[in-house]
Amino acid sequence: MGLIDANLVPAVDGVAFGLLLFVAAAGLTLAFGTGDVLNLAHGTLYTVGGYTAAALCDGTWRGLLLALVAGTAAAAAGGALLAALTAPLRRRGHLAQALLTFGVALVGGDLLSSAAGPGDLPVAFPAALNASVLLAGHRYPVHRLALIVVAAALAGAGQLVLTRTRAGALVRATVDDPQMVSCLGTDPRRVHAAVLVAGGALAGLAGVLGAPVIGPGPQSADTVLLLSLVVVVLGGLGSVGGALLAAVAVGEVQTLGVVLAPDLAPYLLFAAMAGALVLRGRRSGTSWRRA
Amino acid sequence: MRGEARTKLLGALALTALALFVVPAVLDDGTLAMLAPAAALGLPAVGVSVLTGRAGLPTLGQGAPFAVGAYATALLARAGLTVGPLQLLAAALAGALFALLTGPVVVRARGATALMITLALGELVATAAGRWTSVTGGTDGLAGIPAVRLWWGGAPLTDDTALYRYLVVVTALALGATVLVLGSPLGLLLAGSRDHEERMRAAGHRVGAALLAACTGAGALAGLGGALLVTEQSYVSPADVGFGTSSLVLLAAVLGGIGSPLGALAGAVLVVVVRDQLAARWPGHGPLLLGALFVAAVYLLPDGVAGVRLRRPGGGR
Repeated sequence: MGLIDANLVPAVDGVAFGLLLFVAAAGLTLAFGTGDVLNLAHGTLYTVGGYTAAALCDGTWRGLLLALVAGTAAAAAGGALLAALTAPLRRRGHLAQALLTFGVALVGGDLLSSAAGPGDLPVAFPAALNASVLLAGHRYPVHRLALIVVAAALAGAGQLVLTRTRAGALVRATVDDPQMVSCLGTDPRRVHAAVLVAGGALAGLAGVLGAPVIGPGPQSADTVLLLSLVVVVLGGLGSVGGALLAAVAVGEVQTLGVVLAPDLAPYLLFAAMAGALVLRGRRSGTSWRRA
Repeated sequence: MRGEARTKLLGALALTALALFVVPAVLDDGTLAMLAPAAALGLPAVGVSVLTGRAGLPTLGQGAPFAVGAYATALLARAGLTVGPLQLLAAALAGALFALLTGPVVVRARGATALMITLALGELVATAAGRWTSVTGGTDGLAGIPAVRLWWGGAPLTDDTALYRYLVVVTALALGATVLVLGSPLGLLLAGSRDHEERMRAAGHRVGAALLAACTGAGALAGLGGALLVTEQSYVSPADVGFGTSSLVLLAAVLGGIGSPLGALAGAVLVVVVRDQLAARWPGHGPLLLGALFVAAVYLLPDGVAGVRLRRPGGGR
């Protein structure tokens, strides 16, 4: 009981961190699944949300709401831009597209940090969210609990859209078999573009929500990109349910793991990622090799 | 065929002589020192051009063998071993050994999976470099590394021009060795397994072993690059060997027309000039310029810098 009690706070932190990562990474895994393209600008879309939050949040609920709407819209526009930029490169193979997203990430990150300054920016959330409550005898910030609730709701809503709507069925079908989707009269490229936009919106939303956890700063795009890649890989490329489990596991490693095994935790994520990739073997086929 | 080989050899010698004698005469010492990082970045980029361009395995983890070579060199130099050729041999062996040990994991994968496995390996090594404080000095890195000597009892190379010439000679020799290997049956086997893997397997070729050899060679090149990094800046820290380095190296290889070793080197020079020279005139915007270079390269130069000149007939990619 003592062990559980002592580690309760990091464990709950891990859930909050993991759910945040899931919202951030869901778009990446679907974009990978539908287009087989690694979007290396995904972390930048998250920071678009973060910087929007830093600019618009002034400690009022109205400011937070405004930041949520504006951050989501801006990152969705970023996703649309990426879709438009990568579309002409489709014939050139996947390496060209991944490289393009990396270039866009460098340019976008530089523009954001030169507009906002080089340091990490503070984000002023409403006072009610910055307060703390008692959680089984520990003081715990309200913001993280709210993050857990909102992110879990988003995950649930996303799952519903994906499994119960026609659009969701189309996305799942494109992950499974793009040729068949094409035969049925829908261009898989349009599905992929829509997924990039929606995934960008989710990343931007996560950027606003998670600003107190991974705040806007010059390093955050890389942090989010690398953690999201770990989530996407561990969760099984293109699988949303797997990504949810993987995201919570990654969150726990990043919080509880650091407390319980401080020497091992930093290696654990990428070792697990490499291990998962090896065990799963050759999954994405020979698509990068030119014929 | 022999005539063509002779022309290439003469061209390579002329280019090396140009870099050795004409460039230092034209440029001042400060500019030469600015060019020096291109050698450290260029050799791993040559490795990427072999691995990604010739063998078809995309990699975002050449920072790993680069780190192994750099730290091996730094530790040797701090232990008093400052003889250049020995440092280079040790760094190349360390990089190759790392690649040989991790290679079996990489060569089983293809495409984006390979990209992500190499990325994970690179991050693991960068994490180790930052946390294994007793050996690597942690995030502070290893400083105060003594200057390299050409031979036992030689004077330390501290002069900018002498250091530049040392980097040019090492780079030229490594590049020459790479081109020789690519021209051998192994190079053809790599190109064949990139384009028609199943056919090569069916014909009885050991594709996996060939890819592992390419991986090891690229690791040796990256290790050499790490040694040159330490020689050139007398300092190494985890910031030199992370994701950023791996992606710059890939950018250099892509700019050079993925698959052309000389082009990869030219790409590294371009990257270093953009990062250090242009960014110095417009402070703080190195990433913007590099990103724009990346985007422009992807759109405008599908074959890279090397693709602008006429490709020799039947040239490998």
